[in-house]
Amino acid sequence: MAYDKFTVLTSTAVPLPIENVDTDQIIPARFLKATERKNFGDNLFRDWRYNNDDTPKKDFVLNNPIYSGKILVGGTNFGSGSSREHAAWALYDYGFRCVVSSFFADIFKGNAINIGILPVQVSDAFLDQIFKAIEADPATSITIDLEAQTIKLNATGATESFDINGYKKHNLINGFDDIDYLQAMKAEIKAFATTHSI
Amino acid sequence: MSNNPSTLFDKVWDAHVVRKIEDGPDVFFIDRHFIHEVTSPVAFLGLETRGIDVMFPDCTFATADHNTPTINQHLPVADPLSANQLQALERNSAKYGISHWGLGDPKNGIVHVVGPENGITLPGMTIVCGDSHTSTHGAFGAIAFGIGTSEVEMVLSSQCIMQPKPKKMRINVNGKLGKAVTPKDVTLYIIAQLTTAGATGYFVEYAGDVFEQMSMEGRMTVCNMSIEMGARGGMIAPDETTFNYINGREKAPKDAAWDKALAYWKTLKTDVGAGFDKEYNFDAADIEPMITYGTNPGMGMGISKHIPKATDLAGGVATYEKSLKYMGFEEDQLMIGKKVDYVFIGSCTNGRIEDFRAFASIVKGRKKADHITAWIVPGSHIVEAQIKEEGILDILTEAGFQLRQPGCSACLAMNDDKIPAGKYAVSTSNRNFEGRQGPGSRTLLASPFVAAAAAVTGVVTDPRELL
Repeated sequence: MAYDKFTVLTSTAVPLPIENVDTDQIIPARFLKATERKNFGDNLFRDWRYNNDDTPKKDFVLNNPIYSGKILVGGTNFGSGSSREHAAWALYDYGFRCVVSSFFADIFKGNAINIGILPVQVSDAFLDQIFKAIEADPATSITIDLEAQTIKLNATGATESFDINGYKKHNLINGFDDIDYLQAMKAEIKAFATTHSI
Repeated sequence: MSNNPSTLFDKVWDAHVVRKIEDGPDVFFIDRHFIHEVTSPVAFLGLETRGIDVMFPDCTFATADHNTPTINQHLPVADPLSANQLQALERNSAKYGISHWGLGDPKNGIVHVVGPENGITLPGMTIVCGDSHTSTHGAFGAIAFGIGTSEVEMVLSSQCIMQPKPKKMRINVNGKLGKAVTPKDVTLYIIAQLTTAGATGYFVEYAGDVFEQMSMEGRMTVCNMSIEMGARGGMIAPDETTFNYINGREKAPKDAAWDKALAYWKTLKTDVGAGFDKEYNFDAADIEPMITYGTNPGMGMGISKHIPKATDLAGGVATYEKSLKYMGFEEDQLMIGKKVDYVFIGSCTNGRIEDFRAFASIVKGRKKADHITAWIVPGSHIVEAQIKEEGILDILTEAGFQLRQPGCSACLAMNDDKIPAGKYAVSTSNRNFEGRQGPGSRTLLASPFVAAAAAVTGVVTDPRELL
């Protein structure tokens, strides 16, 4: 599925300073019954966001109007648990294009990149700085430059660089995906399959 | 084969690299692909949108498990969304010529149970599925891991995914396991030591006498839980136990093909002197029956212990307090004697015949505690048949338990098997996340012995006292 190209993103950010945010929290299993990729954002963080009677929980950050933006900042080990890509879809559908944390679970990280969400891994110290900056001023903006591989707190100018492999970076900047790449090398895969015996 | 000592993981990985991309992932060939109703429909839609076909339909196997009822499977599925998802799997499988074991099929069951028991899972293979517990199949010396739906579409359309090679970790457990200490306790112990993110970025090989002496069912339990410490997967070198398990299974190689496969499988072990990026050693004697007290699988402890104090742990205090508050527990609390409301035995972690034998060994001659609701869910119809043949069903029935029909059930509570808010469940499944077994549910992960002990006493009980 096509996604928006990612080059430079400047946005306010939503803070979620909780560790080990698992994919069951991002989207609970009972909302995985669809056969199309539609409206998953409605159930993003469903059980943290809504009471049992579907009224919003006032103390959850997504229900607090002072926080908004395309960047979600999470505690360490973000995205652990299930491989459900629905978690990444829910974040994207809600409007997030980037998740910042000091550590990501593997499968979530791969799923996010595959659908056009950039996971930005920063140091614990920088993550702390971001949380403090947002706490001091919810309107503070952050700039993520994928080409330069930098994340900058615009209020202070504090900047850190982040890792991403060259192939995935190229994909995100150009809006390409792996299926395009694999389709283009099918003859090579077919040749491999004929010599590969299992 | 080069003379450099090499790990089991390297041998299998390197044999599947179609192309190495500079400063990028490997184009990685997949031998076996399992699909189920929840994570595949959007991948099939993707194929349609792009107008591309399934490249090797014989290498993909479909089974319905995540979103299926565990009672009255002969009736139409009542929930229209669930019924639609099951129909989509059936329709897509038929359209592309993929083998499909739907609801009611005698081969149907949880994907990670039916793959091995039908001889689809074999040593040296690469195996993926849109489910993180695909790591289960590593018990056979395969590289097996969970993937997202975009990757399901990649495998369907090209039999490959784009995968950076993980780092290598070896976990050695040596010595003799104590009474009532099962493979589930071994894995919960390891995860408690490493934490829920301790193996992220790594692929794990389990080694040492404890795993060498373990049954295939036990090895599957251990490899299954690898993801719960963040590892992409875990694997165990195949040996006689593995070969004996596979031999004669429906889709396993036969005759000359068996001999050829066996000769290859015997090369699948880590050479002496091969290097790992990280290595841990544990003593089997330190492991007791385990139970979790928090909201991730790393928050586990010996069943006789007190819940740790926040200050004794490495993680953030706020997150720890949030977790205990959700569970209704306090620091330093003893778990033994804590009242339990539900018991769930089943799932891809502990839904195999050995697990029900263990459960029955405690239940035999005892009665279900009156206030306990027990969900006993076999991992497959083949396991269900074994439960009946071996007389386990009679033991369960006499003790006041009922057997349900196969599926993932309360492990992720997509169907009606939901633990109510605030209730405590001792579960043999794999995740104790907030709301995992139903909104507000409180999960205590444990072995089939601990589950059985809770089911007959109604409280958290040390199974060593009942064996």
